[in-house]
Amino acid sequence: MTYFQLFLSFLQVGMFSIGGGYAAMPVIQSAVVTNHGWLTMNEFIDLITIAEMTPGPIAVNSATFVGIRIAGIPGALIATFGCILPSCFIVSFLAYIYYRYKSVSTMQSVLLSLRPAVVALIAAAGLSILKMVAFGGKLISISNTNWIGISIFVIAFFILRKLKWNPVLVMSLCGISGLVINLMLGNC
Amino acid sequence: MKIDGNNKYLLKLFLSTLYISTFTFGGGFVIITFMKKKFVDALHWIDENEMLDLAALAQSAPGAIAVNAAILVGWRISGFSGMIVAILGTIIPPMLVLSIISFFYAAFAKNIYVSLVLKGMQAGVAAVILDVVYELGSNIIKLRSIVYLLIMVCSFAATFIFKVNVIYIIIAAGFTGILLEICKQKQGGKA
Repeated sequence: MTYFQLFLSFLQVGMFSIGGGYAAMPVIQSAVVTNHGWLTMNEFIDLITIAEMTPGPIAVNSATFVGIRIAGIPGALIATFGCILPSCFIVSFLAYIYYRYKSVSTMQSVLLSLRPAVVALIAAAGLSILKMVAFGGKLISISNTNWIGISIFVIAFFILRKLKWNPVLVMSLCGISGLVINLMLGNC
Repeated sequence: MKIDGNNKYLLKLFLSTLYISTFTFGGGFVIITFMKKKFVDALHWIDENEMLDLAALAQSAPGAIAVNAAILVGWRISGFSGMIVAILGTIIPPMLVLSIISFFYAAFAKNIYVSLVLKGMQAGVAAVILDVVYELGSNIIKLRSIVYLLIMVCSFAATFIFKVNVIYIIIAAGFTGILLEICKQKQGGKA
């Protein structure tokens, strides 16, 4: 019964969170905190923090986390399966439409107009992360500025643009520099 | 030009998605920038415009963007088996990591060294995304079209400044495309 409830709840998360990431949060919250009481509100906030700090989509992270706490590893598998199942059907259908009608001129025109919008959305996602790095979610001001984070960003950007290093390598080096610089400056 | 579902491609696809998913901290658009670097720039399996179309589709459907994008790329590379392989590659890393963390999550979330490393990595993630944006944005500007430039600027303002839900932005941009097509056909009719 618990398995079935887990499956159904995360099926809803997969079906009704449009726009990914933060759009999924309220849906997950209503499923696991409000409706079933599987997590307390504090545990839920911890879950979001962990989800942001670890790889992978928030929905998959939550499904695994909640699944394990409620019904062990099988619970995690069932909840994750539930949350990706709607995507499999809906996205396959969209892909079919896309490849079937890609060469129709109206479809071409729609796609040409979507591309600049997608670039803008990616830019906004990148800038919000940069803002988080620079000001840590506080007010934008000189005193709240994290100069170490900004320096790491500028150097990493330069290395990626001019030297074309592997992005995963650059990110790992950024992580290590963040730790080493802060330890050397005695910030912790 | 679908690549046949032979095992070499499937294995490469699985390892690529596994690798991308392991190192993708943050939301769906982060994974799309990494997929672009891998499947467009490194492997040349998908061209840049098609990747942007797939990103728009992944964003328009419900569910996690990373999973949606994996489904699309998987289908594109080798059909149904490609889709399954790409989904597995995308969800295995977060499932493993979260399983381990769920057993001692409080200590992890409060560990100062962990948070310093993650803060540094956030700066790196921002650099990776904005590097890709620089390239994609210059390609849009090179089209020398006021309309596409306007779509880009307005979409950016709508999401970043006015916090408009992305789904409305996608719909508005698509609708603009339909209007452009209607105008073009009317002009063509007159000429």
